[in-house]
Amino acid sequence: MKKLLVSFAIAATLGLGASAAYAGTLDDVKAKGFVQCGVNTGLPGFGNPDASGKYTGFDVDYCRAVAAAIFGDPDKVKYTPLDGTERFPALQSGEIDLLVRNTTWTMSRDTTLGFTFAGVNYYDGEGFMVHKSLGVAHVDELKGATICVQGGTDTVTGLADYFKKKGLEYTPLVIDKLADVNAAYEAGRCDALTTDRSGLAANRLQMKNPDDHIILPEVISQEPLGPVVRNNDVQWFQVVKWVSNALLDAEYLGITQANVDDMLKSEDSAVQRFLGVGDNNFGKSIGLDAKWAYNIVKALGNYGEVYDRNLGPKTPLGLERGVNAQWNNGGIQYGMPIL
Amino acid sequence: MAVADAGRISSPRDRWYNNPTVRSIAVQIILIVAVVGTIAWFANNTVTNLRERGIASGFDFLGKRAGFDMTTFLNTNSESTYGYMLLAGLVDTIIVAILAIAIATVLGLVVGIARLSSNWLIRTIATVYVEFFRNIPPLIVILFWYLGVLATLPNIRDAIQIGPDFSLSNRGIFMPRPVLGPNFHIVIIAFVLSLVIAWAVRRWAHARRMATGQGFPSGWVGLGIVVVLTGGVFLATGDPLTFELPVKTRFNIVGGWTVTPEFASLFLALGVYTASFIAEIVRSGIMAVSQGQTEAARALGLRDGLVLRLVVLPQALRVIIPPLASEYLNITKNTSLAVAVGYADLVAVGNNVLNPTGQSIEVVAVWMAFYLGLSIIISLAMNWFNARIALTER
Repeated sequence: MKKLLVSFAIAATLGLGASAAYAGTLDDVKAKGFVQCGVNTGLPGFGNPDASGKYTGFDVDYCRAVAAAIFGDPDKVKYTPLDGTERFPALQSGEIDLLVRNTTWTMSRDTTLGFTFAGVNYYDGEGFMVHKSLGVAHVDELKGATICVQGGTDTVTGLADYFKKKGLEYTPLVIDKLADVNAAYEAGRCDALTTDRSGLAANRLQMKNPDDHIILPEVISQEPLGPVVRNNDVQWFQVVKWVSNALLDAEYLGITQANVDDMLKSEDSAVQRFLGVGDNNFGKSIGLDAKWAYNIVKALGNYGEVYDRNLGPKTPLGLERGVNAQWNNGGIQYGMPIL
Repeated sequence: MAVADAGRISSPRDRWYNNPTVRSIAVQIILIVAVVGTIAWFANNTVTNLRERGIASGFDFLGKRAGFDMTTFLNTNSESTYGYMLLAGLVDTIIVAILAIAIATVLGLVVGIARLSSNWLIRTIATVYVEFFRNIPPLIVILFWYLGVLATLPNIRDAIQIGPDFSLSNRGIFMPRPVLGPNFHIVIIAFVLSLVIAWAVRRWAHARRMATGQGFPSGWVGLGIVVVLTGGVFLATGDPLTFELPVKTRFNIVGGWTVTPEFASLFLALGVYTASFIAEIVRSGIMAVSQGQTEAARALGLRDGLVLRLVVLPQALRVIIPPLASEYLNITKNTSLAVAVGYADLVAVGNNVLNPTGQSIEVVAVWMAFYLGLSIIISLAMNWFNARIALTER
C-alpha cells in the first residue's frame, strides 16, 4: 500500500511541479534541520532498528556522516525504512534526500531512474545460503531446488542469469519483504536463500539456529553497494560523494575518532587540508563549513572504524575487510584526495 | 402561454445568450475543456519533468526482455518480455479470483442458509463463522492460512503421504496430473452429447408435468445418461487418459500437479473471508422474502428443500445479486494482497518489473487498467445476470 502511495506521490510531484529544474536539496536540508535518509527495513549490520527503535548500521552511519558534515551533529537524521520495491519511488518523489540501503550500482539505475550513485561503500557479490542438512557444498548442486529471493532487487536478475548460464532448472519463490523471505527459507519452504553475501551473513544471524545454515563459497555477481541521490542536484551529489570520500581519506591518512583532536596539530598538509586547519576551507566548495570532515571523523570515526563497528570480525556478522580494505592494504577501497 | 405574443418586441429572454439550450451546451463545453485541460496539464508536466530528470518514460519497456524468473501459471522464464510477465501476473490474479469467487459463493450460500436454520447447533456454528471471519482483516486471514496452517506442515522430505501419489508438505500439495490421450476428444464429444440428451429429457419431463401433472425423476435419469454414455465411451476408446506422477528428486517433488502454499493460502483466505459477507447477504436476501410465501408454499404441500429452492431462493436472488457483485469485486481486488505471501499476482509481478525499469508511473497505470478492466467485466456480467432474474411483471 505504501508503495502505491509513494508511486502516487511521484505522479503528484511530477505532475504538479511545474517544470522548474529542481535543486537546492542542501538548502532544504539546512532549513528543515535534518537529513531524511532511506534505509533498510531491517538488515543487521547495515540498517536495523535496535530494541528502542533507534537505527544502527553501516549504511545508517553514512546517513549520520552526511548529517555530521552539514550540522556537526550526526543525530540530525530522520530515517525512512524502505523495502526493495519502495526505495526508488521514495527517492524519485523527494520523500527522502538520500538513499543508503545496500543498493547496487548498476548502469540502468544510474541512467534511467533519474539517480546518480555517490560512491561505493561496500563491494559485495550475490551468494547463497542453504540448510546444512541438505549436504550441499556448491551452488551448481542446487539443480531443481526451490530458491527464496527478495522481490524488487537485482538479486532476482542475478539468480536468473546464473542458473540460465549454467543450464540449471530451479523454482524461484519471490517475496517482497525481507523478513518474509527469511521466514519462508527458515521454515523449509525453500532449499536455498540468495542475496548479497553481506546480507546472507546478516540474515543468518536472524535464524533461530545460525549453525544449521551455511553460506556457499561461490559469488555469482558483482554488487557494488553505495549511497544514491537524485541526478538533478549537483551540489547535493557533491556533498554526499565527498562525505564518502572523506571517510575513506580519513582512514588512509590515519585520522581516527580517538586522535582527530591531536591531528589538528599535525604538520602533514594533507591532514591539515582534510581537517580544515589554517586557511584550508574545502567545505566551502560544497556549501559546508571548513570543519565538515573533522565533524564526520569526530562523530563516527573513519571508514575502517565504521566498518569494524558494524560489520567487522568483532561484530556478530564477522565480515573480514577483504576487497573492502584500503587499496594499499590489499583491497580496492580508494578515497579521492581532498586537494 | 405557449403562443408567443405577436405584438411583443424582443425581450431579454430572446437573446441567444439567454437561451437555456445554448447555455447548457456552453456550460458543458466549458466543463469538458476544463477537465481535459487539467488532465493534459498534469500529463504534460509529468512528461516534461520525467524528461528533465532523465527518468525513462513510455511503454517501450513492455517489449523488452524481463531477465527475472517467477513461478507463474503461464510458462514464463527470464527470456519473457516485461509485457508477457505482467500478462502472466494478470492470469494468476484471474485464476485465484475465479476460484475464490466460486468457493466463497458456495460456502456463503451454505452458511447464509445455515444462519436461518431451526437447528440451534447449525445456526450457532454459522453465526460464529460469520462473526469470526468478517471481523478480521483479510491480510491476517491470509497470514493465518500461510503461516498458521500451511507452513506448519512437515518438511518436503518428511511429507505426509496420502496413498502412493498424493503428498502434503510445506511446499504444497502434490498430486498426479492427468495427461489426455490422443482419443480423448471422443470422450469430450460423448460428454457434451450426453448433456444435450439429459437436457432434452428434462424439457420433455417438464412439458409432461405441465400437461398431465405426472412427475418424472429427470435429474437421476439425466445423471445416469451422462455417466453411462461418457463412461462407456471412455472405456471403449481404450486408455485415453494417463497420469503423470509426482516424483521425488533431491530437493523437490517434480512432475504432476502442485498446489503451492502461496496459492492455497490466498485462495482459502479470500474464500472463507468473503464467504462470511456473502452469508450475510444471502441471509438478508432470504429474510426479505415475506414469510407468507413460505407458508403458502408449505400449504401447497411442498417439502422444506423445495420451498427453499423453488419459492424462496428465486425471490431472494433479486435482493442478493446486487450486493453480491460488490463482494466479487472485493475478492478480485483483494487478490493484490498476494504480495504478502509471494504469490506471483499482477501486483507482485509489477513490483519486479518496476525495479529494473524504474517506470513506476507506467506500472501503476498498467495495474489500474487491468484491475479496472477486470472489475468492469465482473460488473457487466453481474448486471446482465441481475437483469435476467429481475421480476417479470405480468
